[in-house]
Amino acid sequence: MAIVYERSKGLTNAETHYCPGCTHGIAHKLVAESLVELGVLDKAVGVAPVGCSVLAYNYFNCDMQEAAHGRAPAVATGIKRVRPDNIVFSYQGDGDLASIGTAEIVHAAHRSENITVIFINNAIYGMTGGQMAPTTLLGQKTTTSQNGRQLEGQGAPIRIAELLSQVPGAKSVERVSLHNTQNIRKAKQAILKAFKNQIDGKGFSIVECLSTCPTNWGKSPVDAMKWLEENMIPYYPLGVFRTPEEEI
Amino acid sequence: MAKGKVTFNVDRCKGCELCAAACPKKIIKMNKTKINAKGYHPPFIEEIEECIACGMCATICPDSVITVEKL
Repeated sequence: MAIVYERSKGLTNAETHYCPGCTHGIAHKLVAESLVELGVLDKAVGVAPVGCSVLAYNYFNCDMQEAAHGRAPAVATGIKRVRPDNIVFSYQGDGDLASIGTAEIVHAAHRSENITVIFINNAIYGMTGGQMAPTTLLGQKTTTSQNGRQLEGQGAPIRIAELLSQVPGAKSVERVSLHNTQNIRKAKQAILKAFKNQIDGKGFSIVECLSTCPTNWGKSPVDAMKWLEENMIPYYPLGVFRTPEEEI
Repeated sequence: MAKGKVTFNVDRCKGCELCAAACPKKIIKMNKTKINAKGYHPPFIEEIEECIACGMCATICPDSVITVEKL
């Protein structure tokens, strides 16, 4: 009997604290599988953010470091510069990377630090109870935008992949989605490529993963996947925004 | 003749039903007569002979509950 799919060795046996149907679990296993497939699990160092994935250090079967809120790229920079042979990644949500951590991510990209950033965009603040995030869509209702987000006064949702694709040092920028198996497989390829860039010393790579938050969106996990496809993808188009070969 | 074998680590399951939605053969159902250690209805397969071992259920499972083997 050939095994088609089994739990990745890159994950610990800890049960995650994530809500039922949360796509953090899917992103975790894609990262874990990529590290195992590239044979770098034993020299990988992850940097966990603040947000729902704050306890990610319990779930990845490699060395992990917790960072202050939004500062994961800065911590990852330090680790990578001191230990250049290790494979260093940060795993950050949209509250962490697109809000409090915009300075760190933009400057880490400009310096083209040779790190891999996994960015989870679920258009809401999950851990704190469903408040409006910088990535919340226009018209989307959250606990702090009860009539839906308005352009006037609250601004347009921030598109991190497009923003970072303008940075010369951001060598690889890609946006993927986790809403069905086809896109999960594409996301895996993107994450593999982002780690491969680091192994080859190509510089800063980021993969933005569109994700769901069934609990704070007030939807079932299956409906949340549909909502992502119908509402998030039109505003956050999928695709490759930068490759290391292309100079700007 | 079944083409696949699907094993659920039922006590890790959170009953999100993404596996049931992703299954192209629609053979994964939630067992409404059972409750697992976490208090959710775990998934089960009645017609395993329909399974094509595509692994889609395991690919989408956020909690890595599912192992799929090809016979």
